[in-house]
Amino acid sequence: MKLEVSLKKRLGTFNFTADFILEGDRTGVFGPSGSGKSTLMNLLAGLLRPEEGAIRLNGEALYDSVDGINLPPEQRRIGVVFQHAHLFPHLSVKRNLFYGYRRILESERKVDPDALIEVLGLEPLLARHVTGLSGGERQRVALGRTLLACPRLILLDEPLSGLDAGLKYQIIPYLNKVFAEFAIPLVIISHSLNEMRLLSDQVLEFSEGTLIGQTTAEELARRSMGTSQIGYINLLELHHRLQHDGLYHYQWGDQKIIVAAGSPAPAGMFELSSKDITLFKRHPEATSARNMLRCRVIKSFGAGNRIGIELDSGGKTLISQVVSEAVHELDLKPGSEIIAVIKASAFRRLY
Amino acid sequence: MPEFTPTDWQAMLLSAQVAVTATLLALPFGFVAAYLLAFTRLPGKSLFDGIVNLPLVLPPVVVGYLLLLLFGNHGWLGHLFKSLGIQIIFTWKAAVLASMVVGFPLLVRSIRLGMEQIDEKLIQASRTLGAHWYDTLFSIILPLSGRAIFAGATLMFARSLGEFGATIIIAGNIPGVTQTIPLAIYDYTSTPGGDRMALGLCLVSVLLALSVLLINDGLLKRFDHKRQR
Repeated sequence: MKLEVSLKKRLGTFNFTADFILEGDRTGVFGPSGSGKSTLMNLLAGLLRPEEGAIRLNGEALYDSVDGINLPPEQRRIGVVFQHAHLFPHLSVKRNLFYGYRRILESERKVDPDALIEVLGLEPLLARHVTGLSGGERQRVALGRTLLACPRLILLDEPLSGLDAGLKYQIIPYLNKVFAEFAIPLVIISHSLNEMRLLSDQVLEFSEGTLIGQTTAEELARRSMGTSQIGYINLLELHHRLQHDGLYHYQWGDQKIIVAAGSPAPAGMFELSSKDITLFKRHPEATSARNMLRCRVIKSFGAGNRIGIELDSGGKTLISQVVSEAVHELDLKPGSEIIAVIKASAFRRLY
Repeated sequence: MPEFTPTDWQAMLLSAQVAVTATLLALPFGFVAAYLLAFTRLPGKSLFDGIVNLPLVLPPVVVGYLLLLLFGNHGWLGHLFKSLGIQIIFTWKAAVLASMVVGFPLLVRSIRLGMEQIDEKLIQASRTLGAHWYDTLFSIILPLSGRAIFAGATLMFARSLGEFGATIIIAGNIPGVTQTIPLAIYDYTSTPGGDRMALGLCLVSVLLALSVLLINDGLLKRFDHKRQR
């Protein structure tokens, strides 16, 4: 997908300007409330008319103030998943799902409804009425409804922020599965760094209505380590669960990881704060912490008054945070061998 | 209960006929007017809003007189209809016209209120899913304002049953032709010894209005019940 955007829009005293070219299929839009994220979505979908500029999707002009082009939303074929699902209250789940599907040409129906219903686990909901659905179910139906309209691009406007943490991370695997399976590019708005990192490859950063940078979610996360109270969050995808003595043993790359908060699922996504990784120069003889991983320092980076240490642990990356004195005492420089010690209880399961 | 005369029965029948016709004829116009007021940004929208609501605040006699000027033999609309061979003034059609104009603001207000309660995001969602504006109008806005349309139609129907001022001016008070219940009551009250008959027709009016309200209430409840499922 190639999306070229150059837009100006004034809304009262709020001025929105954006100028960027996107290539790649998973993009995040990041910024605090009121930074213009939703304005961008509405402008792209054709729900808001800009003052001037142009929007081109894969070379086709959706809007061009010079040529006087302004395609209405139904002709842009850009799907939107709203924050609160916004299912049609007078239609059943099934009719909601097929609302867009029934309105496109047969030749454009690239998503197989049965496969989608399977992936999103919607089969038991089909005959139900939308008023009886839970938040997570509603959001899954909304996602399915948008995907079945076979859009050329999907905009997700804080699709998970209305859900509680448990539900939120239940939906992320669905999202990843769906977008991988049906190959539809996505642009996701969020103010959660974790969501960004799990769902996007590149990130547009907005502040006060202006695009201030094109970066990656990983970069944003490292930068925020200096100001965040919870430090940098390592995301670890762990596999091959074995239960032993009330603890859960997982495989992570070449290493074994012992986790207190496991689950019956064979694999899962866990978060681990950079503050919970203690570095030792030599292998400690004995410690209460269950995980001691041999690592090699790749590089260090500064964020505020803290120093992030990027470690290679059996082919996987970990970020630990230390203060500058520790860098000297442990002689942390690229290539140094080090032991990372992590308590089993430091891992928090996301999904 | 007094014995009703054949003209009384005719008045009752005519009242029902006029109210039903006026309501049905006004519905599409009312829906369009409410849509324009609720969803579009027309220049001169407040003026349009004012004109739609004018019959609500004008004395019905004034409305009737203006209609008489417009649809009379020398009025330009009256002229037009006459060339088509349709006589409106002093026929039951005039009573329908009077009811339509007087009841219209009630209908539009009710539908508009209902439409304004529809979440704008639902409309946006339908557009981004590939629906044209007219498709959205029929697949989302119309069904979601069904309750309001029904409530507005009931209100207008009840108002039409009671319409007097504009009707007497434009349709006259011809027994058996244009005499509806209120006009018949008016006749009885100005006739010596007609009190009993007037009271009888008043009772019919009350019963009619009450049953309309009760039926309306019952249907709306069923409507909500269906929605809940």
